[in-house]
Amino acid sequence: MSGVNTAAESYVTDDGRTIGPVVMEMKNITLRFGGVEAIKDISFDIREGEIRAIIGPNGAGKSSMLNVISGFYVPQEGEVWYNGSRRPPMKPFQVAEQGIARTFQNIALFEGMSVLDNVMTGRLTHMKTGLFAQSFWKGKAEREEIENREVAEKVIDFLEIQAIRKTPVARLPYGLKKRVELARALAAEPSLLLLDEPMAGMNVEEKEDMSRFILDVNDEFGTTIALIEHDMGVVMDLSDRVVVMDYGKKIGDGTPHDVRNNQEVIDAYLGVAHD
Amino acid sequence: MATPLKRADGPQSVPALLHRNATQFANAPAYREKEYGIWQSWTWSQTRDEVEALALGLMELGINEGDFVAIIGRNRPYFYWAMMAAEMCGAVPVPLYQDANAEEMAYVMGHCGARFAIVGDQEQVDKVFEVQDGLTDFERMIYLDPRGLRKYDHAVLDQYSAVQEMGRTNRDKHIAELEARQAKLDYDSTGVMLYTSGTTGKPKGVVLSNRNVIETAKSSSEFDDLRQTDEILAYLPMAWVGDFIFSVGQALWTGFCTNCPESADTMHVDLREIGPTYYFAPPRVFETQLTNVMIRMEDASRMKKWLFDVFMAHARKVGPDILDGKSVSQWDRFKYKLGEAFIYGPLKNTLGFSRVRVGYTAGEAIGPEIFDFYRSLGINLKQLYGQTEATVFITAQPDGEVRSDTVGVTCPGVELKIADNGEVFYRSPGVFVEYYKNPESTADTKDADGWVATGDAGFIEESSGHLRIIDRAKDVGQMADGRLFAPKYVENKLKFFPNVLEVVVFGNGRDECTAFINIDLTAVGNWAERNNIGYASYQELARHPQVMDTIQSHVEDVNKSVAEDEMLSGCQIYRFVVLHKELDADDGELTRTRKVRRKIIEEKYDDIIAALYDGSKSVSTETEVTYEDGRKGSIKATLEVRDAKVVADVTKMAAE
Repeated sequence: MSGVNTAAESYVTDDGRTIGPVVMEMKNITLRFGGVEAIKDISFDIREGEIRAIIGPNGAGKSSMLNVISGFYVPQEGEVWYNGSRRPPMKPFQVAEQGIARTFQNIALFEGMSVLDNVMTGRLTHMKTGLFAQSFWKGKAEREEIENREVAEKVIDFLEIQAIRKTPVARLPYGLKKRVELARALAAEPSLLLLDEPMAGMNVEEKEDMSRFILDVNDEFGTTIALIEHDMGVVMDLSDRVVVMDYGKKIGDGTPHDVRNNQEVIDAYLGVAHD
Repeated sequence: MATPLKRADGPQSVPALLHRNATQFANAPAYREKEYGIWQSWTWSQTRDEVEALALGLMELGINEGDFVAIIGRNRPYFYWAMMAAEMCGAVPVPLYQDANAEEMAYVMGHCGARFAIVGDQEQVDKVFEVQDGLTDFERMIYLDPRGLRKYDHAVLDQYSAVQEMGRTNRDKHIAELEARQAKLDYDSTGVMLYTSGTTGKPKGVVLSNRNVIETAKSSSEFDDLRQTDEILAYLPMAWVGDFIFSVGQALWTGFCTNCPESADTMHVDLREIGPTYYFAPPRVFETQLTNVMIRMEDASRMKKWLFDVFMAHARKVGPDILDGKSVSQWDRFKYKLGEAFIYGPLKNTLGFSRVRVGYTAGEAIGPEIFDFYRSLGINLKQLYGQTEATVFITAQPDGEVRSDTVGVTCPGVELKIADNGEVFYRSPGVFVEYYKNPESTADTKDADGWVATGDAGFIEESSGHLRIIDRAKDVGQMADGRLFAPKYVENKLKFFPNVLEVVVFGNGRDECTAFINIDLTAVGNWAERNNIGYASYQELARHPQVMDTIQSHVEDVNKSVAEDEMLSGCQIYRFVVLHKELDADDGELTRTRKVRRKIIEEKYDDIIAALYDGSKSVSTETEVTYEDGRKGSIKATLEVRDAKVVADVTKMAAE
């Protein structure tokens, strides 16, 4: 990131991607579960076209943060601003309609359905015809299905999962399930993609593949990506900016380079003697 | 030299054939590819337009006659078109193995001096850029899939479709020149250049002329009665001569349709959907498929398993005979028909072989039971023998004369002779022009009369006229009494047993043959598990008496079958040991492609070999081994030397 003014309204990264203005802003978020404060007064923003990582040790509140972004948790304090307006508490489907898609840490696919059907569910928010028209499958309903299938097939092609198109998800190995989840999220053509530990439990080769796909998604579709990840190496290579959390607090925010040299972050990861 | 076949009336070049097909079979499908889950197809006339557009675009980019165009990618119609387009411009297409490492790619592209490269995706673009510094002639690259390439320097990069578009807009400017260049192409101009894999030394560029390609395509198409309505699935590497002949040569000659799979992983699904009528696969592919079938049958319900066993037994009995048109009783025919309805039909459908009329396997020896399995199902699987230098076809099995141990009769137009040392020589219209920029190797391989050395030893079976390949010529020797010694022939027979992983047979210049055997730890280990035999290591399992007994019975079976063969009856194994360690590439005993290095093994285990010949019952030995991380250690063991029953020599008995 050398020589790039990351504070500017929009800038071009070293590898030629354009990072636009802020699309989502978290303002002084505090989230409590009973007496436990999972997130304590955290603020940060996500800019258009960037890959934004949230990292931190176990129990730091990363997944809670992602759930706040996705609208699944409503924080007790603070505001979530999305596309220039404050976001009211929403149902998950309403969040999806806003162009936000996500994957889950513990894969949440329809195990009995084929990969293609799972990916097609990602198109749900783009289908306009009602139950009646769909059951006759004539005219508009048919056209719509064909259009949506095309989008789904392009995603399948993009993620190179053609060979398992008709395979029930339950029969797939873990690494592929993760990829199918990403496919389903992509099928929604999101403007903001949230990835909850996309590389958890993968071997080195699978991690490399997944990293490649994440970069390609960002590059090809210009999708803004926010991801949570444990693997520091991966995060440093992938992301434009990193938020570091520890015990529910934000302890660092900046480019991977900045974060890596931040003493507080080093302490959180390597441990430090508490007096 | 035999007068070359003339076809003054017919098309004399690959582009000329394309033009013929575009008129003659204008609306018949020529190429298909599955994309986004749907089979897209192009007719012959569309194909001609696509190829022409690309050729015109290449002209705009300044391609000259005689330029080399490297083509790197998986089987896709676009690459087949690229080869034809290059030829239209008078250039020479050079397909490369897409999985070649950067070093190999650098060598090949540097050797032919490719000016253009037409590649698939970012991976290949990166690879070419990586080696580009050493390539003085290289200028431009054309890619198919733009994914990930947006930020690359496009000064030397063009997208395939953009080049075609460029060709279409500049059609008027270049069409006259393009037609003039095509008119110049004749039987003697170069059709394609293919690099041999180069197991020994550097890869060699085999130059094949239009004569080679078209004559071979024509005679082989006639040999198997290939038709315009046939379908093939193109899935083997484009750099391999076979794919060029099947998917370009024969496809153009007969006008059949070439289908490209969606990706390498979807090959089996695509195979099922297309149901090719003409199919080629190396033995390995058939073997894997058979294993999969057997594994799944083990899991099937009892009723299904029973049906499968009953009907497969029947198929083995009469299937091949029915396929060969021999007489089979009415009852057996009826039972086979029932089997077809219950088992064979559905199974063939699952495998994608329902419509196969002509199927070939080649490249290495195929196990007889694998071969018979497919034939008994009614799939016309045959063997052929060929090499790049012959434009594939040397011998092939005609319908009705198929056996697992021969490679067939000479193809039309091919002459064959066997040298005194057993090496097979051939001469045909398909014989390559030369190795590019390598006159010494050309002279070593091809003599002035056009005879080409195959490097394989074989003989022609008198009763049938079929060629049988027994070994690499350099490995074939003589026994002390002058009989032929062909180690690999015997080794292959033993390796067809799943329990046997590796075999080394000795006996050159001696009275009797002996063998080292490696058991297959997976297969034998599996057996041990099922029979409650505990073992801690390979070594322990290998010396288990029951294992030794099983291996002995395999050796004796092989001896029986070797003895039936007059020429090779001397190669029966008299004594053997099961080695205490697996032969390993890390110890230098095998090559990286798992071929046995006889010399090194012979020197390393000279004490065991001595024991095999001096009649001792056991031998103690100590062997140094290298672990994967480079550390060394040693294994001590006492090996049991077993005698195997041999079958009395038929020829000797007759003489007595």
